[in-house]
Amino acid sequence: MISARGLRKSFGDFEAVRGIDVSVRPGVAFGFLGPNGAGKSSTMRMICCVSPPSDGELRVFGMDPGKDGPKIKARLGVCPQEDTLDVELNVYDNLYVYGRYFGLPRAEVKGRIEELLDFVQLTEKAKAKVDDLSGGMKRRLTIARSLINRPEILVLDEPTTGLDPQARHVIWDRLFRLKQAGVTLLLTTHYMDEAEQLCDELVVMDQGRIVAHGTPLGLIQEHSTREVAELRFGVGEHEALAAKVEDLAERIEVLPDRLLLYSDNGEAVIEAVHSRDLAPVATLVRRSSLEDVFLHLTGRTLVD
Amino acid sequence: MTDYADAGPATAPTAPSGLVAGALRMGDYWLTVLARTWKGGVITTFVTPFFYVLALGVLLGGFVDADPATLEGASTYLAFVAPGMVAAHAMTIAFADLTYPVMGMLKWQRIYYSMIASPLAPSHIVLAQLGWVVLRALFACGVFLLVLAAFGVFESVWGVLAAWLVQGLVALAFATPVMLFSLSIKGEESFALIFRLGMIPLTLFSGTFFPIGNLGPVLEAVAMASPLWHGVDLTRMLTLGELDWGPVAIHLAYLGILAAVCWWLAIRKLAERLVS
Repeated sequence: MISARGLRKSFGDFEAVRGIDVSVRPGVAFGFLGPNGAGKSSTMRMICCVSPPSDGELRVFGMDPGKDGPKIKARLGVCPQEDTLDVELNVYDNLYVYGRYFGLPRAEVKGRIEELLDFVQLTEKAKAKVDDLSGGMKRRLTIARSLINRPEILVLDEPTTGLDPQARHVIWDRLFRLKQAGVTLLLTTHYMDEAEQLCDELVVMDQGRIVAHGTPLGLIQEHSTREVAELRFGVGEHEALAAKVEDLAERIEVLPDRLLLYSDNGEAVIEAVHSRDLAPVATLVRRSSLEDVFLHLTGRTLVD
Repeated sequence: MTDYADAGPATAPTAPSGLVAGALRMGDYWLTVLARTWKGGVITTFVTPFFYVLALGVLLGGFVDADPATLEGASTYLAFVAPGMVAAHAMTIAFADLTYPVMGMLKWQRIYYSMIASPLAPSHIVLAQLGWVVLRALFACGVFLLVLAAFGVFESVWGVLAAWLVQGLVALAFATPVMLFSLSIKGEESFALIFRLGMIPLTLFSGTFFPIGNLGPVLEAVAMASPLWHGVDLTRMLTLGELDWGPVAIHLAYLGILAAVCWWLAIRKLAERLVS
């Protein structure tokens, strides 16, 4: 569906994307994970044909965005990071006018609106002004709008940023259904849990480059241990205490508020810590997550 | 197949086949905007112009006892000022529709960004928006001309019909530079500038209310450079039946070239803002 080779994007002297290779197969939920400024949104904009690549090769549906932008865009759904809804029109009209941009007949657009409002659970809000919707509802409306052309690829840039946990779960549920329906999802996120929940395959981006690529589980296995023991000591003590426990784990991360000890057996690490007469204020054993992968790949470990 | 898209026939979404086809896809957008805003527009579009006709043309104009020779052939001051007001009205509509609304679509609501995420391109967006403004101006000026006709200020039906069509060109000749301006500025503070230093002086000093010969040679030359004067003079020649083909050609060429150049630049500017 999408392939990029040596893809680059520069804005003047600033290189937002520094040569990435990506290949997205049909039906996959593909994630771009990374902090703000990693180059995720720039990559999305190039795929959406609204930002010409500075260098490298990009193909979407086998076509060149520079030449066949309108043809590609006819088959894409785009859910941008910032809502671009017409706040003076009601919910229904936002979908209606948008469907017409794709050259769809009026009657068919109307039929699709009913389905989509039902799908994003906004049927009873059809005549409401966009201004009166909550953040989560606006996001759902944006997703509905991006589906009006029944896209083969749905591009979501930070789909749940700024939403409360409940609203995020509703969005995840809808996206999961789309994935099951066979829609290829392309999403950027800086939420590790979102990437774990939704993505079949993901790339970790940092400073314009891809630093890792794989499945969520595969990345965790490859770049982290099975478990993590978290130790919380008094404020300012973590740096000094790290030296006393670092031999207990395969790897250690020092954060301002806690120590992370990477090991396949977290409980054993905690016991060993206590046997050294150290008394952490709080301890926690958990499974490794993409957060740990990211910390390992882009954080202090590179400096250590 | 899916629970979000399983009913009804599936028409494949397509890229538009051409410039006009793409712009026409936006027809329903502008009609929806009209359905939402027409009530607010009734006062400024239809009522306000009549206040001017009544106050300046009839009541103030009643005191003007000028020789028709000094009024460019108009038999009364009302007949002189009427075409000027119609052309100024076409200009006002272009200013109103392409200042704050354009800024809103670009910056506040970012609707232009949603439009180019679809198969539509900046050229479609600009054509649709300009086409819409021209239709709006033709409608408003058409009603204005009809009511003015009741005052007996026009010489011939053909003249009025031609004058009416010219308002589409006048609106376009202002719509394109104003749209270009709105797409080029950073913030809405600049609008105060073009209203105060652009629209208002143009309205007052472009031969709308008095012959520009009264300005003296230097200011007269300045007034002749203003697009509104070309629109006003052309409209007036048509409504008074005093056609002079040389100036007619110059007016049409001036307005046409201004519109075409700024149209092209507006498309480029919009693309620059949206695609980067």
